[in-house]
Amino acid sequence: MLTILDPTDERTPPTRQVTPRTGKVTGNVAFLDISKPKGNLLLDRLQSLLEVSAPGVRINRYVKPTFAKPAPAELRAKIAGENDFIVEALAD
Amino acid sequence: MPQLPPFLLQDAQGGRHSFPSDRPALIGFVKEDCPTCDAVMPLLEGLYAALGSAVDFFVAGQTAAGNQLLTARHGLTLPLLDDSSLKVSFAYDVEVVPTLCVVGADGQLQERLVGLARDEWRRALEGLAVAAEAGPLALDWESYPQWRPGCGSRSVDPAVADRLRAQAENSPLRARRIEVGDADDAFELMYDLGFSDGLPLVPPTPERVLRMLEGTGRDAQEVVAVVPPNMGEATVEKVAINAVLAGCRPEYLPVVIAGLQAVCTDDFNIHGVMATTMGASPVLVVNGPVRHRLGMNMQLGVLGQGNRANASIGRALRLAIRNLGGAVPGGTERSTFGNPMKFTMCFPEWEERSPWPPLHVERGFAPEDSVVTAFAMSSGPVLMVDQDARSGAHLAGSFGLCLESALHPRAHFATEALMVVSPEHVDTFVRDDYGKAEIRARIQEVSARPIGELVADEVSAVGLKRAAAAAMDATALARQLPKFRRAEDIHIVVAGAEAGKFSAAFHGWVTGEVGSIPVSQKMED
Repeated sequence: MLTILDPTDERTPPTRQVTPRTGKVTGNVAFLDISKPKGNLLLDRLQSLLEVSAPGVRINRYVKPTFAKPAPAELRAKIAGENDFIVEALAD
Repeated sequence: MPQLPPFLLQDAQGGRHSFPSDRPALIGFVKEDCPTCDAVMPLLEGLYAALGSAVDFFVAGQTAAGNQLLTARHGLTLPLLDDSSLKVSFAYDVEVVPTLCVVGADGQLQERLVGLARDEWRRALEGLAVAAEAGPLALDWESYPQWRPGCGSRSVDPAVADRLRAQAENSPLRARRIEVGDADDAFELMYDLGFSDGLPLVPPTPERVLRMLEGTGRDAQEVVAVVPPNMGEATVEKVAINAVLAGCRPEYLPVVIAGLQAVCTDDFNIHGVMATTMGASPVLVVNGPVRHRLGMNMQLGVLGQGNRANASIGRALRLAIRNLGGAVPGGTERSTFGNPMKFTMCFPEWEERSPWPPLHVERGFAPEDSVVTAFAMSSGPVLMVDQDARSGAHLAGSFGLCLESALHPRAHFATEALMVVSPEHVDTFVRDDYGKAEIRARIQEVSARPIGELVADEVSAVGLKRAAAAAMDATALARQLPKFRRAEDIHIVVAGAEAGKFSAAFHGWVTGEVGSIPVSQKMED
C-alpha cells in the first residue's frame, strides 16, 4: 500500500446554491460595472428597460476599480447590504 | 531514553507479547542476515531456557521470513517477535543489531548492549539472573567470541527510515493521507484526482515530503502565502508536497516558497494573471548566490529544457497555484490559448557575465541576497535577431523595433517587457559603454510614434478611435508616444550562451495597478 499526501488545500468548496427565483424584481437592485470597456453602456440600456418594466424598483450603481481583480471586500459587503438583487455587467 | 516505549508484538504463532509487564525483561533486536545475531542466537536460547520463567523475553526480528530461518536454524523455543514494520526498532532508536535492553521489574532500563561484547553481556545478564532470583547461569560463555560488531539495523536503512519517521507521533506532516490501493497506479490516480498539469508527477509519499522539508528551516505548518482564487493556505508542508510533485530537490524549496510569496501579493495579482483570457503566466527570475548552490542553468539553453532546477522550480510554483489556489483551466483559468510558460518558466540571471547591476540590485537588494522576481508575461520568449549592429545605439534601436509588436504595434502605454540580453549582444553594448538606462531610453526613442499614426484605419481597427482623433488638434496628434508608459517598464537581465547575436523578450500583460506589477521576494539563507 502506497501512501501519498494531498497537495490541495483540502477544503471542499461549499456547494453554491442559486438564490430562489421569485419571478419578479422588487426592492433594490445593484448594477455592478466591472470596468470593462462599454460595460456602463450595457448597464445604461438595462437600467432604462428595467425602469419601464419594473417601475417600483430602485437601481443602485457600483463600479469595480478594475476588472482584472476581485471586487474589494468592502464593496462586496456594501452591495450585499444595500440590495436585494444584483446585475453584474461584463462587456468588451 | 527516559521512558522505554511500550509496544505490542506478535510471534509467528500469533501469540501477543506486550511491554511493559511487571517482571524483569530482556528486549532484543536481531535480524537473520547479521552474522553476529546468528552467533548469539544459541546464547539467547540458553538464557530463555534458564530465565524464561522469571524474565519476560521480547526478542524481535526485523523480517518475518528471517525469524522463521533463525528459529529453524537454531531450533529455537524462544519466540521471535515480528517487528517487520520496524516501528519498535525505530521507537527504540536501534541503529545496530543485535541490541539488548536489560530492563528491571520497574520497567526502567538498566543496561543497553550493542553488538557482542562478551564480558559486558555476561556481567549484565548474570545481574539480571540475580535480580530475577533465578540462580547462577550455566552458560558456556567461553565458546562465544570476545567481541563482534553488529550490523546496521533495518530501521536506519535510508529506504525506510524516512517512512518510519513520518509514522512516528512527532511527524511534522499534517496533510491528508491518500492510500493508493495495491491494484491501483499512483500515477494514474494523481491524474484522476486532478493534481497534474498534464505531465506525470512524482508521488508525494511521506518519505519524499519529509526529505523535501529538510530543504528549509521553516516550520512545516507555517503559512507562507494565501493562494487565490480559493484563498487556500499554503503551509510549508503543502508547498513541499507540490515541490515533490514537480520533481524538485529539497534545496530548491526556499526558491519555490519565495516565488509563491511573490505571486500571492496584491501587486502581482495572481488571480488576474491566471484568469485572464490573454494567457499570462508567472515568469520567475532568480538572482544571487542561490543560483550556483542549486546548479541552475543561466547559459546555453537557459530558457529551455534540460536543467532540473530551472524546470522543476517553475513547475512547482504552477502546481501550487493549481492545487492550493484552485486555478484550473476551464475553471477560473480562462486563457484562450494557454501558454507553454504555464507549465514552467524560471531562470537565473547570469550576473557574472553582465556589466550592469543585476536585476535584484536594481530593485533594491544587496548583491549577496538571493532573490526571486516574478513577472506576469503573456508571450515569450520572442527572439530579437540582430547580427549586424556594431553599436549600442543600433542594437537598442533593433530592440525598440522588435518590442513595438508587443500585444499590437499600436498598443502603446499598455504593457511591459522583460528582455534577456545574450552575451554577444552584451559585448556590443560594452564596447559603446552602453548601460541599461541608455538601452531603455533608446527603445523609448525609436518606438515613439506620433499619436496621429496610432489611429484606427483601413489596415487595422486597433488604435485610437477615429472620432477621438478627429477631435484632436494637430499639436496633439503630433505628440510622440513611446511604446512603454515608463522606461522602468523595460526590464533587462543577462543570460544565454556565448554564441548567438540574438536576445529574447517576454511581452507583458496588463501593467500596473489594474493588472500586475512585478514583485521581488528575498528568500531565506
